[in-house]
Amino acid sequence: MGFSEINFAVLVASLIVASTPLVLAALGELVVEKSGVLNLGVEGMMIIGAVSGFIVGVETGSAYIGMLAAAVAGALLSLLFAFIILIMQANQVASGLALTIFGLGIAALLGHPYTGIKSPQISTIAIPIITDVPILGTMFFQHDLIVYLSLISVVAIWYFMSYTRAGLILKSVGEDHDVAHSLGYGVITIRFLAIVFGGAMAGVGGGYLSLVRVPQWTEGMTAGAGWIALALVVFSGWRPLRLLIGAYIFGGITILQLNLQAIGVNINIAVLSMAPYLATILALVVISMSRFRGNRGAPGCLGRSFVKTT
Amino acid sequence: MRQLIKFFSASFLLISMVITSSIAIAADYKVGFIYIGPPGDHGWNYQHDVGRKAVDEAFGDKVETVFQENVPESADAERVMTQMALSGADMIFATSFGYMEPVLNVAKKFPKVKFEHATGYMTADNVSTYSARFYEGRTVAGHIAGKMTKSNTIGYVASYPIPEVVRGINSAYLAAKKANPNVEFKVIWIFTWYDPAKEADAAKTLISQGADVILQHVDSSAIMTVAEEAGVYAFGQASDMSAFGPNAHLTAIINGWAPYYVKKVKQGMDGTWKGAEQTFDGINAGMVIIGPLSDKIPDNVKKEAMAIRDGIASGTLHSFTGPINKQDGSPWLKAGETADMGTLLGMNFYVEGIQGDIPQ
Repeated sequence: MGFSEINFAVLVASLIVASTPLVLAALGELVVEKSGVLNLGVEGMMIIGAVSGFIVGVETGSAYIGMLAAAVAGALLSLLFAFIILIMQANQVASGLALTIFGLGIAALLGHPYTGIKSPQISTIAIPIITDVPILGTMFFQHDLIVYLSLISVVAIWYFMSYTRAGLILKSVGEDHDVAHSLGYGVITIRFLAIVFGGAMAGVGGGYLSLVRVPQWTEGMTAGAGWIALALVVFSGWRPLRLLIGAYIFGGITILQLNLQAIGVNINIAVLSMAPYLATILALVVISMSRFRGNRGAPGCLGRSFVKTT
Repeated sequence: MRQLIKFFSASFLLISMVITSSIAIAADYKVGFIYIGPPGDHGWNYQHDVGRKAVDEAFGDKVETVFQENVPESADAERVMTQMALSGADMIFATSFGYMEPVLNVAKKFPKVKFEHATGYMTADNVSTYSARFYEGRTVAGHIAGKMTKSNTIGYVASYPIPEVVRGINSAYLAAKKANPNVEFKVIWIFTWYDPAKEADAAKTLISQGADVILQHVDSSAIMTVAEEAGVYAFGQASDMSAFGPNAHLTAIINGWAPYYVKKVKQGMDGTWKGAEQTFDGINAGMVIIGPLSDKIPDNVKKEAMAIRDGIASGTLHSFTGPINKQDGSPWLKAGETADMGTLLGMNFYVEGIQGDIPQ
């Protein structure tokens, strides 16, 4: 048994790959929730992204076109959700759950002829010069385009939320839709855009799963990743940078426990596997304690239907 | 709030109607199957579904089969089986270990329905169990793995620490060690039967730690894909998985349920079916099949592997033949002694030489 057998550079690199679908899907959901909508259909949109990305990737021979298709498919599915909850004003929780069930079913149907096929590869892009830095190069600078994109989106969304007018409007819609409406902002339009963005991000997350991480199509392959993404949003307190850290901790624990097992360390796997979920619950408890109530980050109108009064 | 209740009750009604209508059937003899995952997994569930289709084919219109996929090993299983029994199923095949308690509970409520539970060990008057001696297949796979590894490190992705899985690890290890005394096993438990992403992660970890042959006891084909990409070898589990890794795939341990299912349904129809029976068949009965061997395997190793397979089938060879010590060094089997059924069915220890502990 030797810790020297674990290659930590490879470990960090693979935890980044393992976490990327979560980062993407959770970022999308963060924006959706900031606009005041709770979309529990992340799992459904992810799997639709996974299957569409895979099908298009195989048919066109390009994984990038596949990724694009994954985004479009996730966005299309979220349109359905947007229509149901914004126009028909249905219950968001029930509609989100339905979206997940629907997504899983239709993905199984679409993907049926595509099991047992190899997907086109996404090549990794080594960033010049810094890729040769020992250890750090392997960890951070030899990934595929999507990993870099996920990191850029974290920063972009953080900037958008904190420093742009549009971001502030989006947040105001989420905090109090009646006030935002009376100020003349189009609550429905803004939420609509947020939901479609969330769908596209979840779709890309799913596409990353079927085109890069596994890479193959298997029925039900998201295996709950969408729910973890939802938990991550809460865990992060609706902050993009914290979300990234949360996702990497989550991926890190998963990969680390596999490595520890392989070198034969006697660890309690059940406890380690449980840790990320436990952390989420703890984070929830902490942020709902009254002392933190002022800045816990949950949008005031989260999950509430908006009915135009005037 | 009232609207919410209305919505939920309406959707509940709709869902139960859909489920009932998919289970309501009209043929003379009705057989239900419950699967732990999707039949599209190209692994464990896929083979059970192949067995179900064989029943369809063998009896034509006389038998109608239904199945429910993704049934969790919990109270859900009880509900699904109750539903099947209520809508007239005469026989129910529950195809995962964790359905044991639910099967026994439902069987008590429906004494006329015949239950067949895969890989379990508890029976009742109307519950029989069946399992395959997968470990026989793993002896063949272990031998090939021992001969094919260059790094002398073999990775093993395991699901849950239950006797069936532990048996497989021990059996593969003994055979690999015999073929190549320098061999070392690295075992990762992932505590799920089916999570392609997790399976892939586990395989990648093993490969990064030097394993160049991977054995698996989980249900999807993700590991094969990863092995192909990394340029290492792997074995198909439950089904032939060569499509996922044409270069990586050495052979597969294939589960052959079809003959058993057809036989049992026939017995159920003509009244000769018996409860409280425990079937444990292996290579000889066709319940465990060694898939085609890859061209990558040298001819002499192929011959040895086939000799092991045939030896096990004819009974001249046993996967667990002494002298074998347990992991802690205490003797288990004396020279020439073979393992008894009871120990095998409840196996909860590693044999000597395997590193690490079985998680409890």
